[in-house]
Amino acid sequence: MNEYFHSVRLIADRCKGCVICAKRCPMEAIRIRGGKAQITESRCIDCGECIRRCPNHAKTVVTDDLKNLADYRFNIALPAPTLYAQFGITTRIDEILFGLTQLGFDKVFEVARGAEIVSLAIKDYLKRPGIKRPVISSACPAVVRLIQIKFPELIDYLVPIDAPVEVAARVMRAKASREQNLNPEDIGIWFITPCPAKMTSVKQPLGSEKSNITGAIGISRIYGELFKLLQGGLTADTRRHSSWIGVNWAVAGGESSAVGMENMNRLVVHGIHSVSDVLEQIALGRLNGIDYVETLACAGGCIGGPLTVQNRFVAEYNLQQRARKMQQEDIAIGRKPLQEYKESELGVNERRAIEPRPIMRLDEDICKAMYKVEVMEKMLQQLPGLDCGSCGSPTCKALAEDIAQGVASETDCVFKLRERVRDLAQEMKALAEKMPPSLDKDSS
Amino acid sequence: MVEVNKEEKEIILKFTLQGLDFETAGEASGKIKRVLQQLGVGSDVIRRIAISAYEGEMNVIIHAVRGVMQAVISPVCTSITLDDEGPGIGDIELAMREGYSTAPDYVREMGFGAGMGLPNMMRCTDKFEIQSKLGVGTKIRMIIFH
Ligand code: SF4
Ligand code: SF4
Repeated sequence: MNEYFHSVRLIADRCKGCVICAKRCPMEAIRIRGGKAQITESRCIDCGECIRRCPNHAKTVVTDDLKNLADYRFNIALPAPTLYAQFGITTRIDEILFGLTQLGFDKVFEVARGAEIVSLAIKDYLKRPGIKRPVISSACPAVVRLIQIKFPELIDYLVPIDAPVEVAARVMRAKASREQNLNPEDIGIWFITPCPAKMTSVKQPLGSEKSNITGAIGISRIYGELFKLLQGGLTADTRRHSSWIGVNWAVAGGESSAVGMENMNRLVVHGIHSVSDVLEQIALGRLNGIDYVETLACAGGCIGGPLTVQNRFVAEYNLQQRARKMQQEDIAIGRKPLQEYKESELGVNERRAIEPRPIMRLDEDICKAMYKVEVMEKMLQQLPGLDCGSCGSPTCKALAEDIAQGVASETDCVFKLRERVRDLAQEMKALAEKMPPSLDKDSS
Repeated sequence: MVEVNKEEKEIILKFTLQGLDFETAGEASGKIKRVLQQLGVGSDVIRRIAISAYEGEMNVIIHAVRGVMQAVISPVCTSITLDDEGPGIGDIELAMREGYSTAPDYVREMGFGAGMGLPNMMRCTDKFEIQSKLGVGTKIRMIIFH
């Protein structure tokens, strides 16, 4: 696929052309043109920061819909553990899972279960000799894309294991086609997603040729209907399979504790700007004593995802309570978290290397790029450095880059424009005062 | 601060560094890294240049009174020179040893000056030269081929 798909889009008639999203975008991917925000697709990592920040709700995410289920003979829902955090502890997980089947899915499989498998696999990976440290978590696709673009030198530090949802989808596609006696293509596998980044990964898989997931449906999209169903009270017959270990992945820190890193040198970093800062430090070799870095684009982890409904602190509280209760219950009845996994579940054979995406470069030809750097630097010295964004570029630096690339001009800067107007006015005044010699009484 | 030498096709980035100015520490090497990314230099090469520039910058900030760092980027290589006024290094061989540091305690408490600076620079570069005079200052020249 050459065209780069991304799921964050703009609803043009809601956009007022303010620069709030452009200034918050970690990739400087947004420009305001013709009074509307425009996303440079190749730069966007689908972190959703612009969705969160837009006061006019002009940013949206293309996700799939329950309607799409009609295209498949058998449909499976893969709820992210974040979905459980949208409800208080009085709503049981088995009720939520049953609720999903009432929405039209034939079967439900918990992504939390996939997370348990992945946790075990990461545990094994960390025991391998010679791996590059600090090992960087690869579960959040927005972070993986950030690394591809801004820190390609860190690609080898990423955990080379699929994200939990991908593992869950692989397991279920195989299982359902066996049990239902169906072609794998007749099965629709739908991720109930907290974020656009995961939506994009369905179309643009990271680290594999093709995703096992059919599509993704935002949590916020089905929340209303699910909420109504759950209000009515359900007699659930869908049992949960995952333990608290997988469920905890929804919160920052859950992954590393599932992997058993609590007592080791690990860092949990969440919020895309903080992640970027820490990656910079890793690239400089300044975190050499650290074994594991859990990195998540959303503040608080996936419970802070842009397609969630619940306030993230309420969600965190919900999940904390839930996990604690699950742990007590399981211990009481002697049920243990998953103890082993199969290599085939990880799809090791399907994996391919994650490629760098050097879109920061100004030109393919290094000599031309050098010339553009020169133009950019010269420009930057002349711009006011106020980073006001009125020109439509998020910072003066970004405007300088746009000018060097030939997609903006110096007078897009209101201050530069005013300077030009002032100079012109002075010239005109000087000109106006100059009389032709035939009329000029002061001369001679 | 930035010049382009048209004949030779190179970009020159020049930074003045102030001893103990930890607030701006890392800015100069960050800038060098960004320019290299804009030029499309390979990521492993950028990493080595960024680390050596960062360590060099930090060395001046930690140990010297003031200094100048200059990066000359050409299509084939990047060379970084550091020229500082400061106490200088008495025994260069000793200073090149991993873990050897003369950084004062308060600097170490900030997590800097672990005695890895010079060995790191040498490891990351293709050519590394160092000259120092006690009581005068230190000059370092590093070249990394792209
Ligand atoms: S999703 Fe993230 S990277 Fe993409 S435009 Fe929005 S803020 Fe920028
Ligand atoms: S932290 Fe979770 S919700 Fe947020 S972008 Fe990453 S995967 Fe999606």
